[in-house]
Amino acid sequence: MTAIGLHNNRRGTFVSRVFTGATWGQVSVALLILAFLLAFLVWPVATVVWVAFTEKGSGVFTLANFVDFFRTDLFIRSFWNSLYVSGMAVVGASMLAMPLAYFTSRFTFRGAGLIQILGFLPLIMPPFVGAVALQLFFGRNGTVNLLLDDWFSFKLGFMEGLNGVIFVQSIHYFPFILINLSAALRNVDRSMEEAAQNLGSYGFRLFRRIVFPLALPGYVAGASLVFVKVFDDLATPLLLNVKDMLAPQAYLRVTSIGITDPMGYVISVVLIVASVVSMWVSSLATRNIDYATTQRGGGGIAKRKLRPLEMALAYALLTFIILLVLAPHVGLLLLSFATIWSFSPLPDGYTVAHYARVFGESSIYIKNTLLYASLAGVIDIVIGTAISYLVLRTKLVGVRGLDLLASAALAIPGVVLGIGYLRAFYGIPLWDGTPLASLWIVIVLALAIRRLPYALRACYAALQQISASLEEAAENLGATKASTVRRIVVPLMTGGLVAGFITSFATAAVELSATLMLVQANQDAPLAYGLYVFMQSAAGRGPGAALGVIAVVIVALSTVASQYVIERDRRAKGGSNSND
Amino acid sequence: MTDTDTQHPGLAVKALDLKIDDISAAYGDNVVLDGINLDIRPGELFALLGPSGCGKTTLLRLIAGFADARHGRIAVGGKEISNLPPWKRDVGMVFQSYALWPHMTVGDNVAFGLRERRLPRAEIKRRVDAALSFVGLTSQIDRRPSQLSGGQQQRVALARTIAIEPKILLLDEPLSNLDAKLRVQVRRELRALQKSLGLTTVIVTHDQEEANTICDRVAVMNAGKVQQVGTPTELYEHPANLFVAQFLGTANVVEGKMTGAGFESDLGVVLALPKGIDVKPNAKPVFRPQDTVLTPKGQSSEGNPSMPGEIVEREFLGSTIRYGVKAGSSHIWIDAPFRSGSSLMEIGEAVDVTIPVERLLWLA
Repeated sequence: MTAIGLHNNRRGTFVSRVFTGATWGQVSVALLILAFLLAFLVWPVATVVWVAFTEKGSGVFTLANFVDFFRTDLFIRSFWNSLYVSGMAVVGASMLAMPLAYFTSRFTFRGAGLIQILGFLPLIMPPFVGAVALQLFFGRNGTVNLLLDDWFSFKLGFMEGLNGVIFVQSIHYFPFILINLSAALRNVDRSMEEAAQNLGSYGFRLFRRIVFPLALPGYVAGASLVFVKVFDDLATPLLLNVKDMLAPQAYLRVTSIGITDPMGYVISVVLIVASVVSMWVSSLATRNIDYATTQRGGGGIAKRKLRPLEMALAYALLTFIILLVLAPHVGLLLLSFATIWSFSPLPDGYTVAHYARVFGESSIYIKNTLLYASLAGVIDIVIGTAISYLVLRTKLVGVRGLDLLASAALAIPGVVLGIGYLRAFYGIPLWDGTPLASLWIVIVLALAIRRLPYALRACYAALQQISASLEEAAENLGATKASTVRRIVVPLMTGGLVAGFITSFATAAVELSATLMLVQANQDAPLAYGLYVFMQSAAGRGPGAALGVIAVVIVALSTVASQYVIERDRRAKGGSNSND
Repeated sequence: MTDTDTQHPGLAVKALDLKIDDISAAYGDNVVLDGINLDIRPGELFALLGPSGCGKTTLLRLIAGFADARHGRIAVGGKEISNLPPWKRDVGMVFQSYALWPHMTVGDNVAFGLRERRLPRAEIKRRVDAALSFVGLTSQIDRRPSQLSGGQQQRVALARTIAIEPKILLLDEPLSNLDAKLRVQVRRELRALQKSLGLTTVIVTHDQEEANTICDRVAVMNAGKVQQVGTPTELYEHPANLFVAQFLGTANVVEGKMTGAGFESDLGVVLALPKGIDVKPNAKPVFRPQDTVLTPKGQSSEGNPSMPGEIVEREFLGSTIRYGVKAGSSHIWIDAPFRSGSSLMEIGEAVDVTIPVERLLWLA
């Protein structure tokens, strides 16, 4: 964000700059985006909050709904369960991520690159899909427990109740901590550590007093992200049949009792508050202290080679974590080819029938997903580019507010957005009398809003890398503002935009929290919804797994593609940026 | 150096000698240091001076223990330290980036090394106060490093280092992160602090002015080797080779070749070799810009030989005017004193450059 404010003196004709600070085109674009955000983010969320604080039917302000919430045992238990599960998932994820982050930043050894792959492997599979696969290996009658029972005559309750949610979420979300902590460790200036050694510090004390405190903000950022994600996740507890947590309760109230029942909205407000608080804690930890200390000494703490015993330990740990991380993937793949897999360590037989079924009658799910996710991605990139351009390249008054508003979607859990859409758009009839909320476009809009903050950051980054003088040169040679954007800015941003689009696309493709609420008809359902429906029944697990494999393949291919685009873009621009 | 034990209030430091004995280092096949020998005297302010990539920083890091030598030893006060890890060396280093820890206050930064040494609380407090008062920052003790100016940060880094009462002080490019105006002031302060502390100090710099103005002695380094060691004036007056002559100040080289009669410039001027001095076969005559005079063509005095040439550049430097003269393939700089009203020569004018035979250096 450092580039903001550098461009204040160059936009618009002299007259328009003096009086309005921007051209009319820019003003109207800003107003359009504002209208979009108000309609599809602010209004639905405001509706949720309004319902939570008003009396049912009369619309009079009341706190009675909240009093009810805190008087109901089920909700109180759900609240504590959600806190407990999120907290323990952070602990579990930390236990997986911390050693990996430390090993890769402190030591050089073969296989360090593997950890980078580990860092995104779990993320390409939606957690609720992983939950089903993990049942097969770690459930009461899963592979591990059957073997344990055979050999030692006891079973372990990995997947029982809340434990199951914690287990699945820890494995799924530890990369967030790994990625953030590794980045923080890489950013610790080498001389910070050397200065401490020079003054007599070494070993674990050095790590505890200098390295860890400097990397702490990165850890807190990752941990709070895990906390929020787990707290908001709807599908994983539902699939594991855990109902007494907050997000499932909100969903069940609205779907079983109806959209007029205020309790679903109260729970939604609690979810939003929890999200905001944990983001606030994270920003407290990272603000003030400008720990991105990389100066001239070169990045990262000093590396050394592992001694033989340490090497053995490292590899043992690495193998254990890899097996754990691969378990859902392997389980899903086996399940998708299995005839029957029950009460046995491995499936009884193999078939491709599930794939035939998925590609046949259920191919509508795949088509819908590709359509929805692409549309959501395009919307995000268009809005993201427009906001970044307005913020970075104009001095339009209040445009920072647009940025904040779009980013605020981060704090809105998917289930809350879903409930908000349902409530806000149900009362609006279309030309044929059906409510707006039942139109598939609404799913696309929800996905777009959910992914907008991430796409916006990608667009920012892409635009920030372009020197403002490149645009000035075009204007100097007679190009209008619109034509400069079209012929200079957008082509130069392409790499970043494509990467941002693919990220939005891939995450929207497996999003379920918001869509679970919004799918009204089976022919409008995306893949994640179909998967969820299949997984409800024992007979549907095979085709469900096949759909899951397809989802993983889509996300994996997208991730590889976006890495490729970013890399190619970086190489292509490498030469031209050096004169900046 | 009669009094080697200087006592500054609060901090007890001993002035020790630093001996670097046949040190070589390499990164892979790239030889960075090649047989370095240096004897740095107790209490001396000593500079390692050279262009970037000459190995000076690597040598400093070797003394602190942050790099590995292929060969050789380093001793402080007669005791070898080359085999100790950095945290056992008691060699205080002030980093180029200062490396102040952002999560600690100024006071905690300065106390860090003392706490690592498990000193009693009272002693830590006494030494932190002494170190901070020594650099004049007592009032900043509770601030964060990010709240201080660049110059103040550097003094905190210095205080942090001297608080442990190190045996040797190392400064890595201490002025490079300061703006030009501050640099002159800080380098004077640095010298005053070092002299009042009496601690043997090695400073790495690529700036000859920095080394010349504050250091007792300078080692000029290039391509992993020490080219020459001496006081700044020795190095300027008697450079050991062409690199040293050109790195310290400006040196004019007369192009040409050795013949039986002596040195014949490419314009045909023959210069006799000096007697009693060993001149290398590939040596060339070298002189400083202020050691010669420029005269309009044909007006040079008969005493010294001269080269015909043409003025191609003219720079106004305040007290002097520097002319660039093209004479054959030699490019000669000549400084003429400037007083208001003195007449200037113009670019394009044909001139004679007098060769100051008695001041010529013969360098290769």
